[in-house]
Amino acid sequence: MSGPIHIQPGETFILNVGPQHPATHGVLRVKMEMDGEYIVKAETVLGYIHRMHELMGENRTYPQVLPNLSRLDYLGALGYTHGHVLAVERASGIEVPERAEYIRVITVELNRVASHLFWFGAFVMDLGGFTPLMYAIEDREYILDMLEAVTGSRLTYCYYRFGGLYNDIDDEFIDRARAFIPRMRKSLKKYDALVTGNIIFRKRLEGIGPISAEMCRKYGATGPVARGSGINFDVRKNEPYSVYPEFDFDVPVYDECDSLARYYVRMEEMEQSLRIIEQGLDKLPEGPIMPKKKPKLIKPPVGDYYQAVETARGSFGIRIVSDGTKNAYRFKLRSPTYSNMSLFDEACEGMMIMDALALMGSLDLVIPEIDR
Amino acid sequence: MSLTILNAVIAVVIAIAFAALNAAYLVWAERRGAGRIQRRPGPNVNGPLGLLQPPADGLKLMTKQLIIPGGADKALFMVAPVLAMAPAIMSFVTIPFSENIVARSMNIGVLMIFAFASLGAMSILLAGWGSRNKYGVMAAVRAVSQNISYEIPMLITVITIVMMTGTMDLKELVAGQSGGIWNWNLVPSLSSPLMPVAFLIFFICTLAETNRAPFDLGEAESELVAGFHTEYGSMGFGLFFMGEYANIVIGASLITILFLGGWGCPLGLFPGVWWFLLKIYLLIFSFIWIRWTFPRTTIYGLLNLSWKILIPISLFNLLFTAGLLKVF
Amino acid sequence: MGAYFSEIFRGLQSLAIGLGITFKEFFKPVVTVPYPYETIKMSERFRGHIELIENEDGTPKCVACGMCQRACPSGCISLASKSVKYEVEVKGEMKTKKKKVLTTYDLNFTTCSLCGQCVESCNFDAITFSKEYNLASDRKEDFHFDLLNRLEERNS
Ligand code: SF4
Ligand code: SF4
Repeated sequence: MSGPIHIQPGETFILNVGPQHPATHGVLRVKMEMDGEYIVKAETVLGYIHRMHELMGENRTYPQVLPNLSRLDYLGALGYTHGHVLAVERASGIEVPERAEYIRVITVELNRVASHLFWFGAFVMDLGGFTPLMYAIEDREYILDMLEAVTGSRLTYCYYRFGGLYNDIDDEFIDRARAFIPRMRKSLKKYDALVTGNIIFRKRLEGIGPISAEMCRKYGATGPVARGSGINFDVRKNEPYSVYPEFDFDVPVYDECDSLARYYVRMEEMEQSLRIIEQGLDKLPEGPIMPKKKPKLIKPPVGDYYQAVETARGSFGIRIVSDGTKNAYRFKLRSPTYSNMSLFDEACEGMMIMDALALMGSLDLVIPEIDR
Repeated sequence: MSLTILNAVIAVVIAIAFAALNAAYLVWAERRGAGRIQRRPGPNVNGPLGLLQPPADGLKLMTKQLIIPGGADKALFMVAPVLAMAPAIMSFVTIPFSENIVARSMNIGVLMIFAFASLGAMSILLAGWGSRNKYGVMAAVRAVSQNISYEIPMLITVITIVMMTGTMDLKELVAGQSGGIWNWNLVPSLSSPLMPVAFLIFFICTLAETNRAPFDLGEAESELVAGFHTEYGSMGFGLFFMGEYANIVIGASLITILFLGGWGCPLGLFPGVWWFLLKIYLLIFSFIWIRWTFPRTTIYGLLNLSWKILIPISLFNLLFTAGLLKVF
Repeated sequence: MGAYFSEIFRGLQSLAIGLGITFKEFFKPVVTVPYPYETIKMSERFRGHIELIENEDGTPKCVACGMCQRACPSGCISLASKSVKYEVEVKGEMKTKKKKVLTTYDLNFTTCSLCGQCVESCNFDAITFSKEYNLASDRKEDFHFDLLNRLEERNS
């Protein structure tokens, strides 16, 4: 390591973005071959935060795996635990009381709003604006306080149980959730005026970072990334689970394929989630939150089970192969961000570094979820 | 003879003290302001209202070890922070704060300030290059192209004003605007109807020249880590920081002198240094306010803005004003 | 040409709107809590690390059955017990019976995932969550809690 760096026209150099870089939001590393400000080739390097959640899922009993799922995606943890409990319930044929399902949907959607809010803030911060993050966190804090009061934790929830819930929601929660909806709608208007309309912001995203529908299919991208490329796919609509069929909500889809389209999709999803929460609170049935009869020990019959759910980042799938014992034989997690991130290598070729990082921000990466 | 040297020394010492004090407390103001905008208090632990935060930060920076990365060009690495601070202090010498408070009044004051301002780009280039860091080099290249392309519209605007007033002496420039707000260069008159536009251009260029958000591409922290000062710690970083804020004060002073009537009161009453300070701090507040509101531009967006919008308009303004001057 | 100027104009307008919003926020009260000087009271269901519950006489309710230890996914509970003989009156007769008495109950908080499985699995309501969250130390050993000790300290 001595002598000056030679950067000559036509000659490339390797830029190591990450694992500690402010734009990668965690320990993702991207090896970029650069020609000045332009990226010639990029290679994402993973594995810095691999914790073997899948193996843990095979070594532990079913209830013991419950807390693991919320460690995948720390921003939208409830969606992942929802997928897990649904999969195990399907496997072992446990009936879930309706009230429990409604509460699950309400809390999942609240969590989705919280996750999107944080993404919104972090995304604008990637683009150099710090203040929207603080406003977003203020709203997100409200959700977290609310969820903390019922689940007991703020980030890594362990709230759902096989068959139902850990504990019931109270009137205070319902009141706060009702108060939250108009508050959030007001905030969304504020974000629109402060960020969406801003000329600098639009210039940075309009037409930047195109991801075609074909590329999404090739890499298996789901969620807002695919919906920003014109693919109308939402697990909540396409393979309905839980009580989602009883709700009236739209799936925002944009055909522009650029970073701005992905931004719009998420901003509109927040509004749709608010609609779901509103309806859920209105329809919330009375009743127990745990089934009357529930097997003492969870031992799903031999078989292969799969359950997909729509989390804040896309379609999260969980596959459980049971050999009839109290541990799963195979515990496979299909995390949406992994596929969404895979297309970054191809999508960012030939882009300028600042546009590429804006594109990365629009993919909404959560690294622990990629590495699992 | 010796008396003039003594005078000059005293002037420089006062300029350094003013620059350093301003830099230190502008950091405080920036953090408090950012805090208020983001609904949090900002630094409030050290001293009343956190007013002892700047000395504490300064002490911390001074007591830290200056680390020179292996493979860095030592001479350039050490010179760059000094080069960031020195021109800023030199510029203070020529700025008239009021009728009598000016260290060295010169009849080419405007020219001198711009000459020193262009040195700022040099320090960024040396810092980025000397620290032998890829992020640093990229940031340095960006900053230089940015500074060059924004100096042009800025100077064209200044030429417009110099043409109108016929002087390059900062004191005379202010004297020409005395008597109230209607005499300020900012206010359009029959012979210079486009002055508000010129003001806007100059304001934007000042933001870009001082590397302030939304034009802080040289230290774009979400892309280039910390840009040209990635490798700097301790007082090396401190000097860059102070240089940046000193430049902001100069930029604000220049706007005040060129457009806002310097130390003159808007109503023509009690002109004095307080009006000057009030105006520059209001301008600095607007810088802070802008920084904490907008996202960062891209490098091509920045260059487009300069070459496609600011330069044509300022050139048009120059020709238009020249034509009007001929007519009237 | 018209589009050129209208874009500039609309751009400036959008910037002004943004500035207006942050200006309004500038005068609103702060929403943060100055943490070490002021703390938030945790909600009722907040899950901190676990804590033993006592009987009226101050002894732990725990009967050392070990259910919690087995349920814990992270294996961070370790307990030990000894059996003691005691006498009870059953139908007028004095009988000696054995019962388990807790001698140690250690929680290794460094690996605890705060999942709550232990509390749920306990059939005797012998453990609960504490509301403690101001936990910081630079030594690993500080997070090996001796819960029996803590219980005694609370009582004394
Ligand atoms: S909360 Fe979970 S991890 Fe912690 S001690 Fe209890 S069972 Fe173990
Ligand atoms: S705390 Fe409860 S579950 Fe654990 S050993 Fe004691 S009685 Fe058994």
